[in-house]
Amino acid sequence: MTDNLFSGPEHDPARDAGHENAPPRVGFFTDTSVCIGCKACEVACKEWNAIPEDGLTLTGMSYDNTGGLGASTWRHVAFVEQPVPSGRTTLPLVEPDAAGAGSRAEAPGMRWLMSSDVCKHCTHAACLDVCPTGSLFRTEFGTVVVQEDICNGCGVCVPACPYGVIEQRPTDGRAFKCTMCYDRLGAGQEPACAKACPTESIQFGPLDELRERAALRVEQLHEAGVTDARLYGHEPDNGVGGDGAFFLLLDEPEVYGLPPDPVVTTRDLPAMWRHAGTAALSLAGTAALSFALPALARRKGRR
Amino acid sequence: MTSHTSSTPAAVARSDSYYGRPVIKAPSWSARDIAGYFFLGGLAGAGSVLAAGAHLTGRTATATALKVSSLTAVGLSAAALVHDLGRPSRFPNMLRVFKPTSPMSMGSWLLSAYGPAAGAAALTAVTGRLPKAGAAATAAAALLGPVLATYTAVLAADTAVPAWHGAHRELPYLFGASATGAAAGMALVAGPVHENAPARYAAALAAVADGAALRAAERRLGTVAVTYREGRAGRLMRAARALTAAGTVGALLLGHRSRIAAAGAGLALLAGSACTRFGVFAAGIASAQDPAHTVGPQREAVERRTTRSQ
Amino acid sequence: MGAGNPLGRWPVYRQLTDGDPLGRGRAVVSRTTEASRPRTSTADRVVKSVCPYCAVGCGQEVYVKDDRVVQIEGDPDSPVSRGRLCPKGSATLQLTTGPARRHQVLYRRPYGTDWEPLDLETAMDMVADRVVETRRRTWQWEHQGLRTARTLGIASLGGATLDNEENYLIKKLFTGLGIVQVENQARVCHSSTVAGLGTSFGRGGATTFMQDLQHSDCIVIQGSNFAEAHPVGFQWVMEAKARGARIIHVDPRFTRTSALSDLFVPIRAGSDIAFLGGVINHVLTEEKDFREYVLNYTNAATLVGDDFRDTEDLDGVFSGLDEERRHYDAETWQYRGTDVQAPSGDVDERYERRTGDAEDHRRVHEAAESEAHGSGGPQAAPWPPRDETLRDPRCVYQILRRHYARYTPEMVERICGIGREAFLEVCDALTSNSGPDRTSAFAYAVGWTQHSTGSQCIRAASVLQLLLGNIGRPGGGIQALRGHASIQGSSDIPTLFNLLPGYLPMPHAHAHEDLDAFIRASRTEKGFWGNMRAYVVSLLKAYYGTAATAENDFCFDHLPRLTGSHGTYETVMAQLDGECEGYFLMGENPAVGSANARLQRLGMARLQWLVVRDFSLIESATWWKDGPETETGEMRTEEIGTEVFFFPAASHTEKSGSFTNTNRWLQWHHAAVEPDGDARSDLWFTYHLGRRIKERLAASGDPMDRAPQDLTWDYPVEGPLREPVAASVLSEINGHGPDGAPLAAYTELKDDGSTRCGCWIYCGVYADGVNQAARRKPHTEQDWVAAEWGWAWPANRRILYNRASAAPDGTPWSTRKAYVWWDAAERRWTGHDVPDFVPDRAPDYEPPPGATGPDALRGDDPFIMQADGKGWLYAPAGLEDGPLPTHYEPQDSPFRNALYPSRSRSPVRLLHRREGNRYHPSGDEPGADVYPYIVTTHRLTEHFTAGGMSRWSPYLSELQPEFFCEVSPQLAAERGLEHGGWATIVTARNAVEARVMVTGRITPLTVHGRTVHQIGLPFHWGPNGIATGDAANELVAIVLDPNGLIQEDKALTADIRPGRRPRGPALPAMVAEYRSRAGITETTGTRETT
Ligand SMILES: Nc1nc2c(c(=O)[nH]1)N[C@H]1C(S)=C(S)[C@@H](COP(=O)(O)OP(=O)(O)OC[C@H]3O[C@@H](n4cnc5c(=O)[nH]c(N)nc54)[C@H](O)[C@@H]3O)O[C@H]1N2
Ligand SMILES: Nc1nc2c(c(=O)[nH]1)N[C@H]1C(S)=C(S)[C@@H](COP(=O)(O)OP(=O)(O)OC[C@H]3O[C@@H](n4cnc5c(=O)[nH]c(N)nc54)[C@H](O)[C@@H]3O)O[C@H]1N2
Ligand code: SF4
Ligand code: SF4
Ligand code: SF4
Ligand code: SF4
Ligand code: SF4
Ligand SMILES: [Mo]
Repeated sequence: MTDNLFSGPEHDPARDAGHENAPPRVGFFTDTSVCIGCKACEVACKEWNAIPEDGLTLTGMSYDNTGGLGASTWRHVAFVEQPVPSGRTTLPLVEPDAAGAGSRAEAPGMRWLMSSDVCKHCTHAACLDVCPTGSLFRTEFGTVVVQEDICNGCGVCVPACPYGVIEQRPTDGRAFKCTMCYDRLGAGQEPACAKACPTESIQFGPLDELRERAALRVEQLHEAGVTDARLYGHEPDNGVGGDGAFFLLLDEPEVYGLPPDPVVTTRDLPAMWRHAGTAALSLAGTAALSFALPALARRKGRR
Repeated sequence: MTSHTSSTPAAVARSDSYYGRPVIKAPSWSARDIAGYFFLGGLAGAGSVLAAGAHLTGRTATATALKVSSLTAVGLSAAALVHDLGRPSRFPNMLRVFKPTSPMSMGSWLLSAYGPAAGAAALTAVTGRLPKAGAAATAAAALLGPVLATYTAVLAADTAVPAWHGAHRELPYLFGASATGAAAGMALVAGPVHENAPARYAAALAAVADGAALRAAERRLGTVAVTYREGRAGRLMRAARALTAAGTVGALLLGHRSRIAAAGAGLALLAGSACTRFGVFAAGIASAQDPAHTVGPQREAVERRTTRSQ
Repeated sequence: MGAGNPLGRWPVYRQLTDGDPLGRGRAVVSRTTEASRPRTSTADRVVKSVCPYCAVGCGQEVYVKDDRVVQIEGDPDSPVSRGRLCPKGSATLQLTTGPARRHQVLYRRPYGTDWEPLDLETAMDMVADRVVETRRRTWQWEHQGLRTARTLGIASLGGATLDNEENYLIKKLFTGLGIVQVENQARVCHSSTVAGLGTSFGRGGATTFMQDLQHSDCIVIQGSNFAEAHPVGFQWVMEAKARGARIIHVDPRFTRTSALSDLFVPIRAGSDIAFLGGVINHVLTEEKDFREYVLNYTNAATLVGDDFRDTEDLDGVFSGLDEERRHYDAETWQYRGTDVQAPSGDVDERYERRTGDAEDHRRVHEAAESEAHGSGGPQAAPWPPRDETLRDPRCVYQILRRHYARYTPEMVERICGIGREAFLEVCDALTSNSGPDRTSAFAYAVGWTQHSTGSQCIRAASVLQLLLGNIGRPGGGIQALRGHASIQGSSDIPTLFNLLPGYLPMPHAHAHEDLDAFIRASRTEKGFWGNMRAYVVSLLKAYYGTAATAENDFCFDHLPRLTGSHGTYETVMAQLDGECEGYFLMGENPAVGSANARLQRLGMARLQWLVVRDFSLIESATWWKDGPETETGEMRTEEIGTEVFFFPAASHTEKSGSFTNTNRWLQWHHAAVEPDGDARSDLWFTYHLGRRIKERLAASGDPMDRAPQDLTWDYPVEGPLREPVAASVLSEINGHGPDGAPLAAYTELKDDGSTRCGCWIYCGVYADGVNQAARRKPHTEQDWVAAEWGWAWPANRRILYNRASAAPDGTPWSTRKAYVWWDAAERRWTGHDVPDFVPDRAPDYEPPPGATGPDALRGDDPFIMQADGKGWLYAPAGLEDGPLPTHYEPQDSPFRNALYPSRSRSPVRLLHRREGNRYHPSGDEPGADVYPYIVTTHRLTEHFTAGGMSRWSPYLSELQPEFFCEVSPQLAAERGLEHGGWATIVTARNAVEARVMVTGRITPLTVHGRTVHQIGLPFHWGPNGIATGDAANELVAIVLDPNGLIQEDKALTADIRPGRRPRGPALPAMVAEYRSRAGITETTGTRETT
């Protein structure tokens, strides 16, 4: 029960957090290959959680005017306009200007990738580990949730998250992020975003089932010639011990703003404490030396 | 029409990041509060150690001064911490849990043990009452002080911030050294010249350790090390180096002669230590804000893994 | 850890006791967390509802706690949406409960500079007084010597966001008052759909339903941005794709729909008929048509009269063109052997012929007659001569071949900018996925409808789908994706000037017309449209009750008469001319949403009074105060005499009623709570306004008041607000038999006055006294047709013309595509759907000589509303602009018509030559290069239409905060436009500024051998609300399709330049400077280019 509490595969994080008889761990599989970028997930989340409006600026980042996940955006849909990578997936083509005489065939064309991002509900959640108040906790569903009545806004969870998910809301001071609709799960309901998603790009369910389904889907896409399809965050032995919310992507993670190889910082915490201890001892030693040396010098001088 | 375009349409994706946006979130901490907290914690912690030494070696004036400065520093550091909270009134929630995985939690417990000790040490020293208890408190503060000085390195390093986490092995030494420098500086400022020999030694040792730790950190950080060399962080780190060097040299050459020179050297050391903390802080922010520092090292890690597995 | 022990709750203590030593889980849970329950589970009740935004008609569940709506979510039971909601549907809670909702009546006195609060009852009395007074003053018994019995002094607009019951009452009240200018969004949205589909198949609605798309083998989405404008419906496209279907998107812009398609084909806006014509030509020349289907179910074999001349013969026009009056006489288009005796041609054409009055003729033709084929085809010979070999040069098939012979791949490339390869790929996908074993579907929306040739665009798809044998079959059909929640309903139960409920035409002013003459002019001999008299009489009985008797022609003369077009754009002209003085806006925002927004506002500024009913203070309510013209100095608030009433509207959660979705499904939404403050339903408003008006007229002896006096207006009311019982209105719509019992089907309607029915095509929605629209058997308990969910007109049929899903002998074309078939043992049609046929008519049935009406339908006539029982490849009647779709250029176009260079534009498009509505030089005319680029307008997933339901919503606004223009990198380079910067777009009408979105999704095309740039403009913005910006409709001219009177806002020309637009008087000055540089006069663009 106590193995891999800080990194690596951890079979049952909910039980390791004291939830006996925990229900199966649940999560999200977001299949971006069917995302239509409608942002229903963003709005459904906001309605359910009564999250304030998050700024009315046109970013120029394609149709993404949300920018990224944050305290007031717990679902974020990324829009990636890109030339179709040559020799790779041929999603629909825009024929470019044919005026350039006969260049049509080899012209690259466009593709438009859309992907709905969310808190990964990490198996090893750095945000949770570093939280000094117990505001962040592991639920019986294996998810990671902030307790708004506890959070004192210390902000350590913010830089701890390797995915840049959790954030403090400036007007409020506290930290916020996706709860995987903890309240709804408790009543046997699915998260608001997954329920709304028109094309089932967001699939909610027991994590084990989702992982199986995702593997099948990748296979299916590969067979259909979509060789770019790959899963992200599904392996239980990745840097965060597997993401509770994982993805099917059509390009490298960083293209979508996701870290390619995130690692829970707590993995290195024992080493850090060791070094801090050694450093503390060195400090004491240095001090001792500083007192010893003058004494020695004095003695030498006296001699 | 020609084929060149006037402006690169930002709507077109990049292959190295999502519109150049950071991958991780930089802490929203204010530099004054949190880098200040790092500095003050170090000053207090290392100060308690030097105070104990002074106490033990009969350098009473210095001991008292350092005890007072540690109490002040820890008080200010706690104030900075509370000030930086989004919900200051919920500060007591810091003691809701005892979480070894949370440096902030450990720090809170540490502070709540160290603070009273430092307070008792200072009070007894100033009032001259209860000398035994004072000695005990001084000892306790000296035991906790080093940890208080170095744990903040873990607080910073236990994040996804590339410039901090990447240097998680070296940062505690840097912080310890920097704290020592600050405390030595404080001793030089506050103690009489005849008592300041250990402070001068400490300053010198700290300066050497400081430089060594930073060099080791930079080597480890690879490309991310630029965040310590450029921009605000670069300026601060350069200033830190200059101040620490000046302070050390000043202390070594003149500290035992002139009260004024000692005080000047002490102030330089204090400022150098502060600059180091603010510099480290700034480097962290810069590294968090540039996706390259997150993606780059992680890409390398992935590639290392794949080549290894082949 | 008892609650009494404070230490026991201390997490540090619990870390030790709760098996959570690291303090990560159980130990740290707070009391609040433990106690949290979702408001979906603590609600007092859950009320079933329907999304109020678009016509997909997603199911909603409204959670109510303490008589407050606390949450709105998708209804998992709905077969349409399966619990999902797009961002707009998901924002419904904010829409209905957010702070943007107004709850107080506001009043602006003439020349007033600000709103004043006004008591609701007083306001109602004031409006009733205005109506009575204006009506009396502007009453018109006659027009040019013909009885009209009407007023043109009052108009109303809006209805697509309202319930069927509300539309019914509005039309009934206003018609009863003699107000003819009753219009709604259906005019500007899909009126051409009704004309195009109605004349092709006999009904003007989508031929299929969205869920059935999952069975398609190929889906061509063209003229629709399916994924963005009907996101939840798009799940069915994704289902099809998952099953291996090929998804093709043909659009000027690469959109979110394109991103999910297998093939994206960029097309020049306004060139779709050329493209579809090319595919038709391909199918015909390669003989890829589904021959057995074509031969039996279409009019391919029918012979056309010898007088008919095609565009091939007359250089781009059909025979019968009256150049001067810009109008076709369709007589020469008839089937062969149609003699003058047999009524033929358009509704009322009899009169035109008899009187020989060309003016009369023109007037009738201007009145969007084609729309009257929404549920009954045009008149034509029931038994025209045929050549089953398809070889006769005068048969439709051969005419079609000749007509489309010019539409070669080269021509497609030249006109549309689509390369040969892409074009042939579409042809192959379609032909290889059509036939007995496979079916292809088309999905379109306003990318087709909103052109001066919109109806013909839809006709072209109809022709193609008939040739491929895809109509009436599962996975096939034409999916007309309509707009608002109940825009289909507001067409069926129309708040439209030219229609009565159920697509019965409004009568025109003719000398000596009586009911029978009116019927004779419209009904068909054969098919169910033959029983039109029963439908009309039953409607008159529903309107006028006991006052309607056989002796008085069932009060037929109470109906006001039309004299030409009274469409919404005509109304604007009437306002500008001072003829129309009072205006009701019942959920429409023309100051943003209608073409030439500036003229819309100028028109309103000439009104005496204006009533706006909406949720928020939309632009159409506030233009007098802070509209664009007050900024430019063209208007001064203190000088505007219009009296303005603003009434806050109740939302769909605050009233009961039915919406009809894009697939003709009526779905009931139940009131969840009472509206707050002065907010009231439109049903309440209309009912109580009518009550007040009737009270005021009760004692009158004036004959002009007879009609409103006779109007039945006795709806029960309920609750503290005295809300009319919506179900009682639906029950009136459904109709009652002689015994007062609800009718079950329109086949029960009688023409003798013994039955009453408010809308014959909705007859059956209250069968057995049960609100069938409120049926909600979960989709998990039914097949995909979901016959027990809601109710679809007609007769709960989900796929129309489904007789065609079986071969002529009644067996399915293939097991894979079986849908409805003949059960020989039971001697009945059976299958997955309600057969769209006479239930017991054998496949081999031949009608006896002299049979009429339904009895005249053969066993293999699947198009039971058509005069000849066939799908019309060639439309011998019913359309204003020709029997066959022909490519013409848009009004403002950079190009000449490559097909018929001397005939660039539709010769019968409707123009409004007027100051402020100037057209551009086109093609190679001098000055055309002043407006060198093509502009098309479009939607975004995140906003809704003119913005009243999205720009006030923070959650939607933040997702698309600003008006922007999409341009290609090449155009950006050409014009120095910077991504994220500003651009000004200029036409002869106005100029707007937009942020620049430079994107590779827009690609320049090569048309006529030269590069042409297209600019995409989303049309959702206006100056009010949270997300503000200029309205794209400032740029759009009023030029209309002659069939539906729909504006051309999808293809125009413009200039674009970097930077923001001028402010104040400098703005009109700049627009004028452009006009003069282009040499624009009042005749520009109104004559043919030669
Ligand atoms: N999110 C959202 N959904 C809506 C609405 C909304 O405002 N927002 N409005 C509702 C209403 S009222 C309606 S009527 C429907 C309309 O639904 P759609 O018709 O799908 O909406 P549009 O974006 O106006 O136009 C569709 C597409 O037509 C393309 N287009 C423009 N010109 C042409 C052309 O000449 N040929 C071809 N082939 N394509 C062309 C545009 O680029 C656009 O992508 O949507 C309904 N649903
Ligand atoms: N350039 C350009 N112009 C276009 C189009 C285009 O594609 N391009 N599309 C056209 C089309 S298809 C359409 S349908 C129109 C739409 O244009 P409009 O219909 O003018 O736009 P909406 O914003 O939908 O206006 C409907 C109003 O009804 C209000 N409303 C909603 N529910 C109720 C209710 O229950 N009662 C009352 N009283 N009010 C209610 C809403 O708040 C909203 O303000 O725009 C047309 N204009
Ligand atoms: S993604 Fe970040 S915020 Fe979410 S659980 Fe993991 S560490 Fe915490
Ligand atoms: S900000 Fe709140 S949630 Fe984040 S670590 Fe601090 S107390 Fe925990
Ligand atoms: S699970 Fe709930 S909280 Fe998380 S993103 Fe979805 S809707 Fe928001
Ligand atoms: S709701 Fe689904 S389809 Fe829409 S943006 Fe979110 S993930 Fe994509
Ligand atoms: S707007 Fe249309 S697609 Fe979106 S939820 Fe409402 S009905 Fe469904
Ligand atoms: Mo529409």
